Amino acid sequence: MIPEILQFGDTGFGDELVVGALITVEIAIYSLAIGLALGLAAAGAKLSRSPILRGIAEVYSLLIRGIPELLIILLVYYSGGAAIEALLKLFGHDGGFDFNKRLAGSLALGLIFGAFASEVFRGAFMAVPKGQIEAALAVGMTRRQVFLRIRFPQMMRFALPGLGNLWMVLLKDTSLVSVIALDELMRETSVAAEATQRPFVFYLAATVIYLLLTVVSDIFRARLERHANRGVAGGERLRRPRRPLQRAA
Amino acid sequence: MLDLWIRYGDRLIDGAVITVKLVALACIVGLILAVPLALARRSDRRWIAVPAYLYIYFFRGTPLIVQLALLYYGLAQFEAVRESPFWLVLGDAEYCGLLGLTLNTTAYVAEILRGGIAGVPRGEIEAAEACGMSRVKVYRRIVLPRAFRIAWPAYGNEVILILKGSALVSTITVYDLMGETRSVFSRGYDDTVYLYAAAMYLILALVITGTFRLGERRMNRYLRAAG
Repeated sequence: MIPEILQFGDTGFGDELVVGALITVEIAIYSLAIGLALGLAAAGAKLSRSPILRGIAEVYSLLIRGIPELLIILLVYYSGGAAIEALLKLFGHDGGFDFNKRLAGSLALGLIFGAFASEVFRGAFMAVPKGQIEAALAVGMTRRQVFLRIRFPQMMRFALPGLGNLWMVLLKDTSLVSVIALDELMRETSVAAEATQRPFVFYLAATVIYLLLTVVSDIFRARLERHANRGVAGGERLRRPRRPLQRAA
Repeated sequence: MLDLWIRYGDRLIDGAVITVKLVALACIVGLILAVPLALARRSDRRWIAVPAYLYIYFFRGTPLIVQLALLYYGLAQFEAVRESPFWLVLGDAEYCGLLGLTLNTTAYVAEILRGGIAGVPRGEIEAAEACGMSRVKVYRRIVLPRAFRIAWPAYGNEVILILKGSALVSTITVYDLMGETRSVFSRGYDDTVYLYAAAMYLILALVITGTFRLGERRMNRYLRAAG
């Protein structure tokens, strides 16, 4: 049923593709972590009163928005690597610097994710109803408590759909780190395609795997959104019968 | 840093011209193809709506770089393809890149247009029907022009994404701006060439953004108070 070259083991490339797909997911998760942190920080900067912080965050967004992802990856890997090497030399380290590919790739993708996520977070923060914040202050919460109990959790609920979209984009963008010869799915696929001279079979297989990742993410995203909206009347826009409202633990 | 530009500037500009051509053509053809696709996606007839849905899901659910590789390297595997008239397009990296970009953007623009069509106020359609316009006329005179206006800013974003996506044609050996940049880099490993390329892409992106802002103002000029 499965063509021999796609089987597992020494004769086929099936196992290589699966390992590549796992690395794809791994890179995506690292990038997500970096990107969420950067996105939150940049959103904070955009909403801050300091014009310098706002300026930095706006320039960051503008740069990432206008430069191709592929170029950002190459810039981070080569120019970033060279910069770190120069910096190390300044501190008397003379051994050269070998930029870890997974780190460089995740950093580049995280930078991209963060720029777009900052817009999502900014919008979500502003969408939290003012009345709720006033109510929280009125019951005597401190600014910190208001942030942790009201603003942040509510903001996450508004941000979730946007972040879900960005995750889909990120998952596909991982394929671009193949240009720095990082052995994720796309790279493994092109290596196999070249070795066997059967590119169609392999690129089609890769397409199927990427589609699978997309479908799984779609399902997961829908669940997460439903979960986040469970406490909101009319929030679960679903066909299934509504469960009784759960009491928050 | 400047001598790099003196030596290779012409090549980068040649590359940028190819990039602009690819993006412009992909945008125009993609927009034209997206209209019927968006309408098909909204159709009540399942045999029309389901293929449109699958097309959009496929192109939005897989990376563009894989789509391009499948088109350029994948299809060349078959003798039948290489001997067919399609080879004129599929055998040429630039045409192949254009085809890939166009097919991809069509899917995205169709989704944008679908959102635009859904945003047309119900009352306007009812009014048009009440005036006795046929379904085709309602679409041509009311729904589509309105949908375009609603979708315009999102379409502007999509054009920026095509500009950035067009850099991927360098992976199928097209010498666009990215392709030239990578080839210059591979000669001397001087990474300042990446900075030049980044600046050029940024300029292109700013030009596109500006154009769309102007277009938006012009399109919505009837909304501003007469004065």
